[in-house]
Amino acid sequence: MSDVKYIAGKKPHKREHRVVFKNVDREGWDQSIDTYMGEGGYDQLKKSIKLKPQEITDEVKKGGLRGRGGAGFPAGVKWGFIPPKNEKPVYLICNADESEPGTFKDRYIIHQDPHQLIEGIIISCFAVGAKLAYIYIREEFPEGAQILETAIAEAHEKGFLGKDILGSGFDLELYVHRGAGAYICGEETGLIESLEGKRPYPRIKPPFFPAAMGLYLCPTIVNNVETLCHVKHIMEIGGEEWSKTGTPNNTGTRILCVSGDVQKPGYFEVEVGKVTMGELINDMCGGLKEGRELKAVIPGGSSAKVLRAGETFKIGKGDDEKEISIWDIPMDFDTLAACGSMAGSGGVIVIDDSRSISWVLNNINAFYAHESCGQCTPCREGSLWMKKITDRVVAGKASPSDIDTLDSVARNIDGRTICAFGEACAWPTESFIDKFRDELVSDTNPELEGEIVNAETLVAATALK
Amino acid sequence: MSLEVPADLEKEIDERVTHYPVSKRSAVLPVLHALQHHFGFISEESVEWTAAKLELEPIKVLEVVTFYPGFRQSAPGKYHIRVCRTLSCAMAGSYELMESLCDKTGIDRSGVTHHNPIAVSPDGKFSIEFAECLASCGTGPVCLVSDDFHEAVSDVDGLLKQYS
Repeated sequence: MSDVKYIAGKKPHKREHRVVFKNVDREGWDQSIDTYMGEGGYDQLKKSIKLKPQEITDEVKKGGLRGRGGAGFPAGVKWGFIPPKNEKPVYLICNADESEPGTFKDRYIIHQDPHQLIEGIIISCFAVGAKLAYIYIREEFPEGAQILETAIAEAHEKGFLGKDILGSGFDLELYVHRGAGAYICGEETGLIESLEGKRPYPRIKPPFFPAAMGLYLCPTIVNNVETLCHVKHIMEIGGEEWSKTGTPNNTGTRILCVSGDVQKPGYFEVEVGKVTMGELINDMCGGLKEGRELKAVIPGGSSAKVLRAGETFKIGKGDDEKEISIWDIPMDFDTLAACGSMAGSGGVIVIDDSRSISWVLNNINAFYAHESCGQCTPCREGSLWMKKITDRVVAGKASPSDIDTLDSVARNIDGRTICAFGEACAWPTESFIDKFRDELVSDTNPELEGEIVNAETLVAATALK
Repeated sequence: MSLEVPADLEKEIDERVTHYPVSKRSAVLPVLHALQHHFGFISEESVEWTAAKLELEPIKVLEVVTFYPGFRQSAPGKYHIRVCRTLSCAMAGSYELMESLCDKTGIDRSGVTHHNPIAVSPDGKFSIEFAECLASCGTGPVCLVSDDFHEAVSDVDGLLKQYS
């Protein structure tokens, strides 16, 4: 990798370990298939297509690749859920709906290295036996959709897509499908409904586990962009070798996206678990802004539970148990879960002491109120109630007991909905109240206890339409 | 009134429909995107036309149009601006960006509601709305002007000048 040069000012940080992002911001790199093939592009496809499909799945399992979209579920295991005696067609969908606030990694893969993704998709389709695949890309990436369509056409021309790929007898068609601005389409069953031309109301699991009953009620594998890219790299060096990067059960590299109150926000591909929150913020992002102190971090996209500066976390078991501060949390799936939050989609939002917690929570609540699909009552009503209550808090029109109401609304959504959006919208409120109750209450006015606030006045006051 | 769809656009649409060999209904979004790109918004006629093209009841198309924020039911300006409203961009100043864009284009957002999120400038040149997370949180504030993406927007005059 030493011969790879990057654009001035965009050089990866020395702590980075670039695999999927190797060609992002690279000098002399472009999106064309010739550039990609000039560096061994599609060699892994040529190699993999000579294997038995099961051998590919086995390598992915050996690598321990966990999904990079949010849930962190092992990709190879997901593939293995296709019923063994299945006779229906199998579909594969690449989830490029990147829309979890705080996350901005797939954008760069799609815009700068589309063939890496396409190669990963073709290998994965061969592994699971899919002859028809779609890239579901969010509508707000119009240029990305165009780039992918051009790249697919190039791959077709070279015989990597279409009939009898590289003489293997394997056929595959791959199409780009654009969403239309709805966050819920990132949820895999909502995405499938959307791809069927419907409102993206998520399906209930069971029975609608996509690997058994997905698109057109056939087995369907839905994987994130970054996950599918890793499949190519696993095939390059083998699952076992690949699993040596990262840490046990949190293998490989992943892209962390940092935004908010840091000197240098950005994306960093690191070995999972090898970088701590402190190293990420202070070293890689240049620290907090001048004269500011850390207040909170949302570690895995806006739905991840917030971590408060100053709190301590118990990690490890038995003799290994220890108490650590927010700065010492290794950025991996298991530790962030042990800290009561999640690694999610890798979107880290840093909040310093200049921010009002009520304002931050209200912004997040406005997002989820806008994006609830409306299928389940607790979420449809609750997400909007949470926004309305925090509207009042921000406007100074709330009473202290409103915070209790807010808490009760959130906890009555969590666990009572068809899909994980219920948790996604409730967790921010639950965790902000758990950790910042005093500050939220301090923004309320005890004199307003029992008073009814006119909704119209309130909207005008907050200008939060 | 029937919709006048140019022959080349219909050809493009017909090709897109072939991407869904299992179910034509899957082509609802791509057909609507193509029509919106050409006509600027989705009219009743566009809904009817899409339904006829895909052999669906018009309600099956309308329910899609009314659900997705990406489809508009009224005419936008010549250039449609979408400013990211969500947390990281808001922290980087997206509300201020929205205010400045409205000031300079003469757009009045006072009539904006959840179901009618778009406001148009008096000369019809620009329209604007807040969008939820445009997935570029590290370079906020960001916006889309029609299909062009702009990041770390600080020079609002310079931005608008590109669309004069």
